[in-house]
Amino acid sequence: MKHVKGSAGASPAPAGVVEEVEVRGHIIDSLILPKILDRILTAGASFEIRECKIGERRTDPSHARIAIWADDPDVLSTLLGDLVEHGAWPVHAEDAALATADIAGAFPDGFYSTTNMPTQVRHKGRWIDVSDQEMDCGIAVDARAGTARCVPMARVEPGMAMIVGHAGVRVTPLERPRDAAGFGFMNSTVSSEKPKAVGVRSVVEAMRGARAAGKKVLLVGGPAIVHTGSATHVARLIRDGFIQVLFAGNALATHDIEQAILGTSLGVSLTDGQPIEHGHEHHLRVINTIRRLGGIKQAVDAGVLKSGIMYECIKAGVEFVLAGSIRDDGPLPEVVTDVLVAQDRMRAALAGVDFALFVATALHSIATGNLLPARVKVVCVDINPATVTKLADRGTFQTIGLVTDVEPFLRLLAAELAPG
Amino acid sequence: MSQPLEPRLLMCPPDYFGIEYEINPWMKLSRGADAARAGEQWRAFHQTLLELGAEIDLIEPVHGLPDLVFTANAGLVYQEVFVASRFRHRVRQGESPLFESWARARGFEVLSLPHGLHFEGAGDALFCGEVLFAGYRFRSDARSHQWIGERLGVEVLPLELVDPRFYHLDTCFCPVALDTAIYYPGAFDEYGRAVLRDRIPRLIEAAADEAVSFSCNAVVVGHTVVLNEGAPKLARSLLDCGFQVRPLAFSEFIKSGGSAKCLTLRIDGEEAAAWKYNEARIALGETGGV
Repeated sequence: MKHVKGSAGASPAPAGVVEEVEVRGHIIDSLILPKILDRILTAGASFEIRECKIGERRTDPSHARIAIWADDPDVLSTLLGDLVEHGAWPVHAEDAALATADIAGAFPDGFYSTTNMPTQVRHKGRWIDVSDQEMDCGIAVDARAGTARCVPMARVEPGMAMIVGHAGVRVTPLERPRDAAGFGFMNSTVSSEKPKAVGVRSVVEAMRGARAAGKKVLLVGGPAIVHTGSATHVARLIRDGFIQVLFAGNALATHDIEQAILGTSLGVSLTDGQPIEHGHEHHLRVINTIRRLGGIKQAVDAGVLKSGIMYECIKAGVEFVLAGSIRDDGPLPEVVTDVLVAQDRMRAALAGVDFALFVATALHSIATGNLLPARVKVVCVDINPATVTKLADRGTFQTIGLVTDVEPFLRLLAAELAPG
Repeated sequence: MSQPLEPRLLMCPPDYFGIEYEINPWMKLSRGADAARAGEQWRAFHQTLLELGAEIDLIEPVHGLPDLVFTANAGLVYQEVFVASRFRHRVRQGESPLFESWARARGFEVLSLPHGLHFEGAGDALFCGEVLFAGYRFRSDARSHQWIGERLGVEVLPLELVDPRFYHLDTCFCPVALDTAIYYPGAFDEYGRAVLRDRIPRLIEAAADEAVSFSCNAVVVGHTVVLNEGAPKLARSLLDCGFQVRPLAFSEFIKSGGSAKCLTLRIDGEEAAAWKYNEARIALGETGGV
C-alpha cells in the first residue's frame, strides 16, 4: 500500500516530535482507523500510514502502523494517551540501549552503525532527532541535554554514552520527489544517453533555489576542471555568489594557480594546447612561490595571484577545504595532510549546505558523499559513469549523475547563472 | 459441552445486593436500594424467565459483593469458550474468581485476557448475527476487543461509548434477533452510529427519555423481550416488529445502574448470536436430524 499522509496544517512536511502507533483488529469496518486518523488531525498533529494490511476475510483482523508528528511533545503525549483508548499502541515502547565508550577512538561492541538518512533515537520515553547525520558513525547521547549526534569512530572519547543495538532507533527513508520539477526528470540515476541541456537546467534551478533560500552550494572539484579550461567558468560562478563552499585537493588549487600565474595547466598552454618547454616544472614552481609567501591568501594580498578559482574564493570569502593525498607535490600550505583533521574540517563546512555539485573527482566526491546527510541533493558530473556508480554503491544513493565532459557542462552552467 | 435445548441463563439472587460504592453516575450512596423491593423485583423477573421456558443456573450470593447480581458482567460466552471478565474497578474484581469457577464447573474453556487489559463480559460484548459488537471507553478496553476477536476468530467491531450514563454497551444496545437490535443513538459517536446503521439491517431506536430508564437493557427469550417498565414507545416499536414484550419493574437495580439484561448471562448463546444456530445445525446433523 502506498503511504497515506495527513496533515492539519498547510504544510505536510513532517517536523517536530514523532511517535509510531500500531492498531489491530477490524479497524476498517469498525471505523476505528478513520477515527484515529481524524483524532490525530483534530489534535493538530499529522500522520503517515507506514504499513496497512487488510484482512482478506471478514473475520481476519487488519493491521496498521501509523507515524504521528506533532510540533509540541505535550500535544503528542496527550494524543497518544487518547489513541491508546481506541486501541492504538506505541510501537517502540523501549528506549535505545546505551553503553559507555571505554576507550578513545573506538565504539563499544555492538554499536549502532548509522546511515545517512534522518534518524531518531528514543531516550527516556521521547524520540529525539540525531544531529550531524552521517553514514558509518555511531550515535552519542547527551543525557543531560537530551540530545543525540553522530560521532565518527576516530572521534569517540571515553565516557561517551553510545547507542548499542537497534532497539529504540528509527530511520526515516527519504522519498524521491514525485513531481516533474527538480530532478524528477531522471528515472535512472546515471546514463550517458540523457539530454545534457535538461540536466544543466535542473542544476541551474537547484543552485538558484538554494541561493534564494539562503542555503549553501558546495562544489567538490577535481583538477580536470582546470585541465579542460573550465577554471574561468567556475571562477565566474564563485564571483557571482553561486558557490559558498569548495572541497578539493592539492591538484585543483595548484593547477588553478599555475594557470593564473603561468598560463598553463600541468605545463600545457591553455591558450593553444601545446606543451611548454620545462612546463612539467610549472606546478612545482607555483607551489614553491605560494609556500614562500606563506599561503594562497598571502599570494592574493601580495598581488601575485590575480585570477582563477582560488583567487575568487579568497576574494568572495568562500570557505574551502583542500584535503591532501599521498601523491601530492608540495603541497600548498592550505592543504590539510591529516585526513582525520580534513574530514573534521569538511564536516564543519557542510553546515547549511543544501546542494552539492561533484565535478570530475572520484576521490573527493566519495569522501564528501560519506559525510553528507541523505537530504542534501547531489549532482555528480563526470566523463566516467563509474564515478557515479561508485558513489551510489557507497551509500550516497541520492546522487544524480550527468555523464559528460565537464567543460561544456560548466560553460553552460556559467552562461545560464552568470552571463557576461 | 452438550448443547442445551432450552434457553439457559445465569443469575444471582440479590441477597447481598445494595449500593455500597459509586462507580457509575447512577449509584448514589445517599440513595440506597430497598432490599425488600429489590428481592421482589428480582423474583418476579426470575419467575417470568421461567415462564418463558428458560432454565436458570444460580450462583451463590456473597456478602460484600453487592454487584454479583449483575451476572452479565461475568464474561463472554462463545461456543464452548468463556472469556472471563477483568473488572476495571477493584470493588468488583472479587467477583471474577467466582464466575470463573462456575464456568469451569459448567465445562467451559476459560480464556483470560493478557495482564493490564480490562473487559466486562456480555456487558460490553454482544453478538448480532455473525458480528461481535463491543463497547469501550468506560469499562472495557478497545484492545481487549481486538484480542478477543483474534482469539475467537470472529469479527469484532468496537464502538466507543461517549455518555458516562451508558457506561456498558448493554445499557444502550440490545440485539434482539440476527438482523435486529435496539439502540440509543445518543450513547454513541458518529462513527459508532455509522457502523451500527451499516451493519445491522433493522435498528429500533430508543428515545432519550426511555433510554435513561434502562429500556435498552433488555433480555430476549425466543421472541419475547423482557424490559424495564416505563418504555411504552420502545415496547410499541418492538410489537410492531413482531416481538412480544414483558415490561417489569427494575427500579431498585436501576439505582445501581443495571436492569433486566445486567441481571442475566445467556449461557447457550443469545437469540441474536448466529454461532448458536450454526452450532445447533452441526449438532442436528451429527444426530441425523432434519
